[in-house]
Amino acid sequence: MSGLEALYQQLILDHSKTPHGRGFAGEKAASEGESHQYNPVCGDEVTVRVTLDADGTHLAGLRWEGHGCTISQASASMFAALIDEDAPVELGDLQSRIDRFREVLRSRGTLTLDEEEFGDIAALSGVSKYSQRVKCAMLAWVATEAAVAEASGTATAHESH
Amino acid sequence: MTRSVFNPVVARADFPILDRTVNGRPLNYLDAAATSQKPRAVLDAERDYYENANAAVNRGAHTLAGEATDLFEDARARVARYLGAGERELVWTANATEAINLVAYAIGNATLGRGGAAAERFRIAEGDEIVVTEAEHHANLIPWQELAVRTGAVLRPIRVHDDGRIDLDHAAELIGARTRVVAFAHVSNVLGIVNPVEHLTRLAHEAGALVVLDACQSAPNLPVDLGALGVDFAAVSGHKMLAPTGIGALYGRAELLDALPPFLTGGSMITRVTLESAEYLPAPQRFEPGTQRIAQAIGWAAACDWMDEHGRAEIADWERGLGQRMLRGLGEIPGIRVLGLGDDASERIGLAAFDVEGVHAHDSGQFLDDRGIAVRVGHHCAQPLHRRFGLTATTRASVSPFTTAGEIDDLLEAVAGIRPFFGVSA
Repeated sequence: MSGLEALYQQLILDHSKTPHGRGFAGEKAASEGESHQYNPVCGDEVTVRVTLDADGTHLAGLRWEGHGCTISQASASMFAALIDEDAPVELGDLQSRIDRFREVLRSRGTLTLDEEEFGDIAALSGVSKYSQRVKCAMLAWVATEAAVAEASGTATAHESH
Repeated sequence: MTRSVFNPVVARADFPILDRTVNGRPLNYLDAAATSQKPRAVLDAERDYYENANAAVNRGAHTLAGEATDLFEDARARVARYLGAGERELVWTANATEAINLVAYAIGNATLGRGGAAAERFRIAEGDEIVVTEAEHHANLIPWQELAVRTGAVLRPIRVHDDGRIDLDHAAELIGARTRVVAFAHVSNVLGIVNPVEHLTRLAHEAGALVVLDACQSAPNLPVDLGALGVDFAAVSGHKMLAPTGIGALYGRAELLDALPPFLTGGSMITRVTLESAEYLPAPQRFEPGTQRIAQAIGWAAACDWMDEHGRAEIADWERGLGQRMLRGLGEIPGIRVLGLGDDASERIGLAAFDVEGVHAHDSGQFLDDRGIAVRVGHHCAQPLHRRFGLTATTRASVSPFTTAGEIDDLLEAVAGIRPFFGVSA
């Protein structure tokens, strides 16, 4: 598999073309959290909207909207699919997954995502070799961090990318 | 193959970076409009300066200080001559962006009353107008937006036609009695069309306005004579014309520079200083506070030598031919839309920004990089222009003096493969 084929695996192209969890049903409800993330370098945009469960300890649902490159859109789609499959996701677990994703993506190709934990998303491991694309893959994840923070009415400051 | 006196294959030997590979392929560098690669003569000139003459310029009495000052001022004279400027008409800046900010802030300072009677000609009153075009690089837009906010002036953008040419009827409509500054690019870094500088300058001067020209994309690719163009100020970037990074220049007609109050202030730009106030040197030193970019200036002079040795007009012809080859080829690939084709009379440089239908520019750039082809992707610091064409990002290829026809053909073959790879072509 060439570098390019490793980066753009069929799974990633498929998610980009037929995205999962994309589109909002209506206006944001007061109980939901939302965050819009923008990459000024290339114009990629992702908005994530999250719903927490009644006691605010679990992520119950995630939808997103956006446009941009294959990597940014596929990453958002795969993340939404993972949340759908595993929901409700305890917020601490969610954060550690986001942290691990960030760590692997920033590893410059030295780490890979575990398929057990990340499923299809493990296909994004190849992005870590392309430092200029890491931000694309992180957009939806950073938006989720901020959206969850808004929904739980806690931290307003978050680490960007 | 295009015939020309200039031979890029000979020129290639002077660029050490062309020896390297990218993703297992020879580097095909088509991003000169972002920054140029450097010939060995430029690197040698910098190294020679540091090894043999390094000292702070314009101060000190020791031998090295004198030699460094001579080299620095010789470099200024060399670059000025190359650009059609007088030696006192060229101010070193950090980059072209700083050069444009220098003019904008100095005009703002004049508006606040700095510079005395001589600077009155620069003052902007509330309701005066600053004219730009919608094709400007952010560096020739945002400084004017900020100046407008600070002075109460109104910013008025000239439209561009669908084919990328400046709408000259609209320009004639906008440029009038309230116009104080007309700022535009000689060649847009996205469209690649050579704009009618003389025509716009005439309109501006008839209205009593100053002309500020962004010459960043013209000076590297065309014989440019700023004095003959008749503009009042112009910004150029060293690193886009084979020189090192960290240096740009502001051209200003001598009588204007001498009347303009300073922008950045500090050491080396003064005559007499008291605790309360200071008096300033004439241009260009008035605009050059602090220790200057000495090695970069010397490198830039070497870059001018390299261009002249190889023939500036011949290189321009060669690059123009490559540009035409690129446009023709891109026009034959399904789903490719080039911005700024112009009309039959339009002169263009060897640059093309294009949209690949159904594929984001970032993905196109990645695909090309895999084949060793370096292009720029994104909005190229021209968001309003991209928005005007209904896009957020494009892929841009721009040629260098060492670019061969074969490299253009490799680009075209690769571009034809983008949509099939991403599965968007039927």
